[in-house]
Amino acid sequence: MSKKEWPLWEVFIRGQHGLNHRHVGSLHAPDAEMAINHARDVYTRRREGVSIWVVPSKDITASSPSEKGPLFDPAESKTYRHPTFFDIPDEVGKM
Amino acid sequence: MSGAQTTDAELKADPFMNDDAIRAAFFEWLCRMGDNALILGHRTSEWCGHGPVLEEDIALANTALDLIGHTQMWLGLAGEVEGKGRDADDLAYLRDAMKFHNLLLVELPKGDMAVTIMREFLFDAYHHLLLKWLAEHSTSPRVAEIAAKALKEVSYHLDRASDIVVRLGDGTEESHRRMQEALELLWPYTGEMFAGDNVDAALSGAGIAPELTGLQGLWDEDVRSILDEATLKTPEPGGYAHLGGKQGRHTEHLGFILAEMQFLQRAYPGASW
Repeated sequence: MSKKEWPLWEVFIRGQHGLNHRHVGSLHAPDAEMAINHARDVYTRRREGVSIWVVPSKDITASSPSEKGPLFDPAESKTYRHPTFFDIPDEVGKM
Repeated sequence: MSGAQTTDAELKADPFMNDDAIRAAFFEWLCRMGDNALILGHRTSEWCGHGPVLEEDIALANTALDLIGHTQMWLGLAGEVEGKGRDADDLAYLRDAMKFHNLLLVELPKGDMAVTIMREFLFDAYHHLLLKWLAEHSTSPRVAEIAAKALKEVSYHLDRASDIVVRLGDGTEESHRRMQEALELLWPYTGEMFAGDNVDAALSGAGIAPELTGLQGLWDEDVRSILDEATLKTPEPGGYAHLGGKQGRHTEHLGFILAEMQFLQRAYPGASW
C-alpha cells in the first residue's frame, strides 16, 4: 500500500448565530466534502457549532515572523486607537 | 418534540407498557433492537486506536458510541416492559449468547475497512428506514421517542457510510476489488433483516413496528442506487439467506464478543467505577 498523506485543512466553526467563524484546528482529508465530515466528527461532537468552514491549509498566506516588527510595532503605545473609552450598554450584547 | 425527559404523563400514555397480551413479544423485539445496536457498536469500537487515519478512527469511535447510546435506550425500555427489575446493564452483561437476538450480520468480524464500511452501510440503510417508520408511525410513544432520537444519529451514519462506499467502490482497482468482495461476503446475511417471525407479526399487528416486507423494497432501491454509483455489482436478490440470529442461533463469532464484553461484570459482579 502506498502511503500517501491526505492534504491538510484548517477548520473554522461558527459557535452560534451572530458570532464569527473561529479557527478550531486542522485535520487531514482527501477533499473538501470529507474534510467537512471529519470536522463534524473531530470538532463538533458536543454541539459546538452551527456552521463549519474548511480551507486548504496550503491556500493560507501567513505573515512571516521576521516581519513582526515592521507590521505591528508602529501601533505600540497608541492606545487611543482602541475604542476602550466608551461605555457600551449591556443590551448591545456581543460586538 | 422529542424531549430528553420522559414525563410521567407520557409514560402512562403508552398503552403497551403494561399489556400482558403483548409483553413477551414486545420485550423480545426491544431486545433485538438493543442487541443489534450493542453488537454492531462493539464491533465498530474494535477500530478505536487502530483506524487507518486519525480522523477515520475518531469517526468510527463516534459511531460506536452512538450505537451504545441507542442500546441503553432500547434495553432500558426492554427491562421496563419485562417488569422483572432488570436494567440495560443486566441485559447487556448478564445474558448468554443464546439469549442475544441480534442479526447475524452485525456479529461478523470487523474484517478490513471494506467489510466494516460495507456492513455499516447495508445495516444503516435498513436501520434508517426502520427508525424513520418507528418515529413517524409507531403506536407506542416510548418506541417512537427513542427512534426519533436515534434517527438523528443514524441519518449521519448512513450519509457517511454511503459516501465512503462510493469513494472506495469507485476508487482504485484494489479498493474496488475489496469492496466487491465485502459486498459478496455480507450479502447472504442481509436477508435476515426482512425475515419476519411471530414476534415481528405480533408487533406489526399492534402497530408498534412495521411489516418488514414493506421495508424490503425501499431498502433494495436505496442500496442499489448507492452500489450503482459506487460501480459495484449488486448480487442477485432472493439468494441464500443465513438466518437464526433473531432466534438466538448464532455464528461462532458472538461468543468471543461476549467473552470480552461481559468478562468484567461476570468476574466482578456489580463492579463499577
